[in-house]
Amino acid sequence: MLPASAKAPHKQPHKQSISIGRGTRKRDEDSGTEVGEGTDEWAQSKATVRPPDQLELTDAELKEEFTRILTANNPHAPQNIVRYSFKAGEKVTEEELMTPKQPKERKLTNQFNFSERASQTYNNPVRDRECQTEPPPRTNFSATANQWEIYDAYVEELEKQEKTKEKEKAKTPVAKKSGKMAIRKLTSMESQTDDLIKLSQATKIMERMVNQNTYDDIAQDFKYYDDAADEYRDQVGTLLPLWKFQNDKAKRLSVTALCWNPKYRDLFAVGYGSYDFMKQSRGMLLLYSLKNPSFPEYMFGSNSGVMCLDIHVDHPYLVAVGHYDGNVAIYNLKKPHSQPSFCSSAKSGKHSDPVWQVKWQKDDMDQNLNFFSVSSDGRIVSWTLVKRKLVHVDVIKLKVEGSTTEVPEGLQLHPVGCGTAFDFHKEIDYMFLVGTEEGKIYKCSKSYSSQFLDTYDAHNTSVDTVSWNPYHTKVFMSCSSDWTVKIWDHTIKTPMFIYDLNSAVGDVAWAPYSSTVFAAVTTDGKAHIFDLAINKYEAICNQPVAAKKNRLTHVQFNLIHPIIIVGDDRGHIISLKLSPNLRKMPKEKKGQEVQKGPAVEIAKLDKLLNLVREVKIKT
Amino acid sequence: MTPVEETLKRIQSHKGVIGTMVVNAEGIPIRTTLDNSTTVQYAGLLHHLTMKAKSTVRDIDPQNDLTFLRIRSKKHEIMVAPDKEYLLIVIQNPCE
Repeated sequence: MLPASAKAPHKQPHKQSISIGRGTRKRDEDSGTEVGEGTDEWAQSKATVRPPDQLELTDAELKEEFTRILTANNPHAPQNIVRYSFKAGEKVTEEELMTPKQPKERKLTNQFNFSERASQTYNNPVRDRECQTEPPPRTNFSATANQWEIYDAYVEELEKQEKTKEKEKAKTPVAKKSGKMAIRKLTSMESQTDDLIKLSQATKIMERMVNQNTYDDIAQDFKYYDDAADEYRDQVGTLLPLWKFQNDKAKRLSVTALCWNPKYRDLFAVGYGSYDFMKQSRGMLLLYSLKNPSFPEYMFGSNSGVMCLDIHVDHPYLVAVGHYDGNVAIYNLKKPHSQPSFCSSAKSGKHSDPVWQVKWQKDDMDQNLNFFSVSSDGRIVSWTLVKRKLVHVDVIKLKVEGSTTEVPEGLQLHPVGCGTAFDFHKEIDYMFLVGTEEGKIYKCSKSYSSQFLDTYDAHNTSVDTVSWNPYHTKVFMSCSSDWTVKIWDHTIKTPMFIYDLNSAVGDVAWAPYSSTVFAAVTTDGKAHIFDLAINKYEAICNQPVAAKKNRLTHVQFNLIHPIIIVGDDRGHIISLKLSPNLRKMPKEKKGQEVQKGPAVEIAKLDKLLNLVREVKIKT
Repeated sequence: MTPVEETLKRIQSHKGVIGTMVVNAEGIPIRTTLDNSTTVQYAGLLHHLTMKAKSTVRDIDPQNDLTFLRIRSKKHEIMVAPDKEYLLIVIQNPCE
């Protein structure tokens, strides 16, 4: 097909065009059809394609050389372009533009021969398009930037940082625990009443304030009142009654033990039980604060009457308690369940008789807490808290000396003495005194379990209390139901002072501020205060504190405030303020230690007494 | 009853106490023993006063904080114990 069309232009140019047209159409068609087969042809041949209007030249003509000169001028561009020149105001040729013309007359542009032409393009119609989004949510925020708000923010930031540090240190085990904790918290924080738990601190303070308002006069008296009449009374003093503490739940029980807390000076513990052998019921342990006389701070109940208690000096939340059934227990005030934290049992060596006194001791060598207890079964037992269990060690078994009975088989029976009171020496750690039901006082040592260091024939009936003097290391005091209070020097077998109080003495206590002052309470409802420095033979205060029917059972001095608390057998506790005469401090020379003053005085008194005795013996 | 409920009950039955109420951090009373209008009045007014008192105490020393507020008037005494989230208000007439 192709060679045929190539030849066509030599002969018939008209036809040529048509044929070309056809040819092209055909070619198109062909090319169209050829496309499908074209790939084969492409691959097969690379023959040059001749365009149809190519000149056919002979070889000789092909070899002919033609010279061509190339210049910068465009040979195809026309030579005489005419352009409209604004300057001239008419169409001029470019040649004329290039050559500078001579200036013609300037044309004036005024309204007669100046015409302005303006044209305006078509203004597209304007259309408004609007779109409105939803407004972002807004809240009003207002706050004050006080100094304390800034401080709080910093403190919070600090806490957050510390928390993240802790979290980094402890990884998964802590995370699990905290997960459990969170679950527990969620379940309990559901009812409205639980929200009020957050108010516990506020309600506590509020109750105290309400009480303070009600008992305002008593609070003022406690703090500020000093009986001015004491100046006119020679040496006698008075006791001013302050608050009364009583609780419905402890109504029919007697106060069996009183103890001030060594750290929190307004908190005291009261043990309730019964001294009556026939009527034994439950017991209670209540802790009152002077700041709230209407309701105790802590309340614990027990099956058996509480007979004695002691609060640990270093751990003021641990209370050791002895029961009527012979058990001892430790209550932890930090965990206010009504059950004791640790309790002895029949297996773990409880006493077989009521425990009359317990006393905390210093921690033993393994840093375990330990305390001693004395009971009517004749055993003095040391209890140690080892790994959450109470372990007991019998320290001494009290024997009644000199009365070994012989049983027909030749064995010797040692009747067991019954301990009713004991007290440990303030400085000599191993030495302590035990009072017994027979009226004897034994001086014992923790290290000797079989023998007593000394024996004193103290009283005719059971010894209710023995107490070392807080200042003088040699002097101690004892009281008993045989109506007497006796003061001893532990090196001398006979008492230094004997006082007959006309009624069974329930308890005696030394004053913490003076070595010569002590208080005694009797079953006829009277409280007696003695000051040996002022009056050796008589009480300087002799005052009925409770109704005659009520027998006073215990008395304790507060360590810093000039008050005493007295318990009776009806479950009432009365607090009394000591008038100034009762708390006279000896006027020592300035600069000298006042503490040793009273002891020096007592030594003087002892010497005086001894002189008196020697004189008596001689005569 | 929880110890807090018992204590609140004791306070209410104490001698001379006219009324007690618990108000939350926004000044809305939660619990009260007085009638509605009095409660709302007390709650609103005392809430502002407590905030002002607290602000005063803390401005002077940021480490300090308000523990108790007492307003003694001729007829009775209003006591406010602020807490983290709540306010406990007690109105007492000490000398009956």
